[in-house]
Amino acid sequence: MQNEEPMIKIRQLKIAFGDKVVLDNMDLDVYAGETLAIIGPSGTGKSTVIKVLTGLLSPNSGSVVIDGQETSGFDEEQWDALRKRMGVVFQYSALFDFLNVGDNVAFGLRRQLRLPEEEIAKRVSELLQMVGMPDTQRLLPSELSGGMKKRVGLARALAVEPQIVLYDEPTSGLDPVMTMTISRLIRKTQRQLGVTSVLVTHDMASAYSAADRIAMLYKGRIVQLGTVDEIKNSSNPVVHAFINGLERKEEDIDGQQ
Amino acid sequence: MLQAICRALGKRILDFCAASGRLTLLFIATLRRLKDADMKEVVRQMALLGADSLPIVLMTIMCTGMVFSVQTAKEFVRLGAASTVGGIVAIAMARELVPVLVGVVVAGRIGAAIAAELGTMKVTEQIDALRVMAANPISFLVVPRFLAVVLMMPVLVIFANFIGNIGGWIVAHYYAGIGTFTYENSIRTLAEFYDVFGGMVKSCFFGAIIAIVGCYKGLNAPNGAEGVGLATTASVVLSIILIFIFNYFLSIVIYV
Repeated sequence: MQNEEPMIKIRQLKIAFGDKVVLDNMDLDVYAGETLAIIGPSGTGKSTVIKVLTGLLSPNSGSVVIDGQETSGFDEEQWDALRKRMGVVFQYSALFDFLNVGDNVAFGLRRQLRLPEEEIAKRVSELLQMVGMPDTQRLLPSELSGGMKKRVGLARALAVEPQIVLYDEPTSGLDPVMTMTISRLIRKTQRQLGVTSVLVTHDMASAYSAADRIAMLYKGRIVQLGTVDEIKNSSNPVVHAFINGLERKEEDIDGQQ
Repeated sequence: MLQAICRALGKRILDFCAASGRLTLLFIATLRRLKDADMKEVVRQMALLGADSLPIVLMTIMCTGMVFSVQTAKEFVRLGAASTVGGIVAIAMARELVPVLVGVVVAGRIGAAIAAELGTMKVTEQIDALRVMAANPISFLVVPRFLAVVLMMPVLVIFANFIGNIGGWIVAHYYAGIGTFTYENSIRTLAEFYDVFGGMVKSCFFGAIIAIVGCYKGLNAPNGAEGVGLATTASVVLSIILIFIFNYFLSIVIYV
């Protein structure tokens, strides 16, 4: 895998808000067809990576190459062309609350693919079936639980058959059963559709079950990148402390790195 | 001390200039994307933003017409100018009171609603979701609201003029004893269609201000429920200030 050109190539990425540096010369490769989980404590800039990959945030410096296209200097139209090949599952689902479930899932189909209505209805029904929410087209987002919203968000993201799917904390705030259901859906999606996925999470159960490789983000940099087993058996004190939920003083961790 | 005051003042001025620039850019971007307008959505917004505002607009303007008549009718009768009351009420309503007051009412009701809706969409990542689904938020959210408010304002103004003059007549007739024919004749003699038309033109500008300020404040709402509240309040305050400032210059251009 490592010999091929990555689908997403991030080099020396720096993002700062005023004096606060969020991503500090971060490097990361994501290969076609794999699911890469980015883990790390809250506030370390995991979601910022998603924002950069979707063009919602411009980096201060560095390079982001997606499917061979250098995105720095992209205008909104170029981003839109790239975004049409992406699906994003948002942390709080971000379902359009003025549309019902069916119209939320159909949004991309209508605007991007411009399919006939019968075909859209069929696709929406299939997608809702796939995420375990059949016959919910007419419900409004306000009538759904957190887990149901996440599943509709996933169906909406997958509707346009994206090549790249970005998940921003897809299991945060969910109970363990729903967490595993969503994680299995992410896995199933990758296997069935062969999509390239980036999964941002601080939920280790979700990362272990859904990801091929895991990258640990700490203080704006990737401190370790490896397979699930390599991360599980990591000797890196930051990774070890995080995945085992150990509370450690920052100086101890920084001193041991 | 002096340096701190200058710094604070300077920051305020710079912030104001930056916000004015961003508002203008949003206005230009909206005009450029008018061609993307989804007319079904525009009509939905017109019903939502315009038609539903009619009762409160009519109530406000009817009371204004009545109170204006209370303040003028008896005095004018005493001065022997009863035949001018209807015309004066009609002209004042058509040129200034109706467009400005409809603007203020719509800013409070619709501008606030737009800022709150878009602000909530922003803090719940729905605006980001639109962008990543390659739907431009200006085409999708701002343009329909802009067109709806700009098109509905003159309609509200026509209804408001009608009801305002009825309010004026009720008071003039039953309170000051001015005859219906005298009142109606006064309107026909003194007021012109241009008075009403000028007010309608003004109201289009006020509608544009309300929609753009509401959308701008909503799209730039700080995070959290508090941020949405702040954006909503700021949108109403800024819209009303801009309506009064623009009203002065529009009155000069249209009527002087």
